Amino acid sequence: MTIKILLGVLLTAVIVMGFGLPMSPAPQAWYELPVIPGLEEKARIIFFHVPTAWLSVLAFLTSMFYAVQYLRNRESIDDAKSSAAAGLGFMFCILATLTGAVWAKFNWGSYWNWDPRETSIFVLLLIYGAYFSLRSAVEVEEKRAVLSSVYSIIAAVTVPFFIFIMPRIMTGLHPGAKGDPEGAGPVIEFKMSPTMRIIFFTSLIAFTLLFYWMFTLRVRAARLEAHHQSKE
Amino acid sequence: MNPGSIIPFLRSVGAIFLKDWRSELRTRYAISALLMFVVTTIAIILFSLGSDGAPADALSGMLWVVIFFAAMSGLSRTFVMEEERGTTLTLQLLAPASAVFFGKLLFNLVLVLGLNAVTVLLYAAFINGFIIRSVPIFLCTVLLGSMGFAAAATVIAAIIARANTKGTLYPVLSFPILLPLLLTVINATRLASEGAFFREALGEFQILISYIVVVVVTSYLLFEYIWKD
Repeated sequence: MTIKILLGVLLTAVIVMGFGLPMSPAPQAWYELPVIPGLEEKARIIFFHVPTAWLSVLAFLTSMFYAVQYLRNRESIDDAKSSAAAGLGFMFCILATLTGAVWAKFNWGSYWNWDPRETSIFVLLLIYGAYFSLRSAVEVEEKRAVLSSVYSIIAAVTVPFFIFIMPRIMTGLHPGAKGDPEGAGPVIEFKMSPTMRIIFFTSLIAFTLLFYWMFTLRVRAARLEAHHQSKE
Repeated sequence: MNPGSIIPFLRSVGAIFLKDWRSELRTRYAISALLMFVVTTIAIILFSLGSDGAPADALSGMLWVVIFFAAMSGLSRTFVMEEERGTTLTLQLLAPASAVFFGKLLFNLVLVLGLNAVTVLLYAAFINGFIIRSVPIFLCTVLLGSMGFAAAATVIAAIIARANTKGTLYPVLSFPILLPLLLTVINATRLASEGAFFREALGEFQILISYIVVVVVTSYLLFEYIWKD
């Protein structure tokens, strides 16, 4: 219950401040956000798009963590957790892709440009898709759990290359990528004012809590379902 | 593994490889499927290009499209065959899981190397705009690329064989895993057709080698879970 209220307060604050605070070229008061050249008003997406992308990676790692747990202990609840995390990750991955594509249309002129980060999110989408098609192809529960756990681990060791290394070493269009005229490096470090940083990190925390809350809900539902089935 | 058991281990890896090789030579299922696939795909590319060529960039990428789909049509065979014939249980009893894995990996590696040699020869002979200016880069790319292909394809084939659907899921599951490899080999092939110096392609080779090591090690560690019921 407390987590729900906390989530409501945090997310409302992020939405109100993220959309509501005015932008000015020379910020005077604390509530004025600086204008970032080349991004302007479109910079506001960072409060929502980056957390969704972060969650799709976090969910992927969570899913892998529980896959390892499953292979170790063979508890069916671990497999349920793994698939619950993957399901949420898939959703956030789609959200990140869509919000990114809409933003790209206005900032770069087309919905899709095969920027390194677009490639990596696309691969993540494909992996989630493949994971769920594998799950739906196997009917025996235990076999499905083992095979999807193994696949999730194999994907997790090959994919970091895309998500963490490639966007940093290749020139790209994303703000903060190598080749950005404003300089390369994490955007938060050199372009954001303290207020923006506070909103951004609040948003990250709020989204992570949101993931945690949805994750526990899904796991509880899976537990109840298993309980119900064993009674029948 | 202690040093004393390495010789019997290698012997059972060799035995599994030979067993697969002989049964392949009897039916020639995978070989003919792969060959026909390559011929068909190259023919389709030729028809669609018509008399006008394509840029060298596109052609060097297309080579790997042919190789990817050809590999996807034949490499799952070694594991699916065991399930179809019902010989999985026997093999589980006779050989340690890791020996089965490396035997199958070796078999797939030989298959992919043969496949790639034929594909490259046919591709170079029939596609006009495809010119390789730096042969050493190209040879290294094909060699390392084949090893990476075999590594990823073998473990996915093991998963596929245990799942109920045999064919359709194979490219779906393999593609995301193979993508780092595909992007790198396509890049390296482009460098080879541009005639770059060998050291310019070293970065790509480092990526390929680390990819192969990572995939082989994880598959080796996880294979037992897939293989044993």
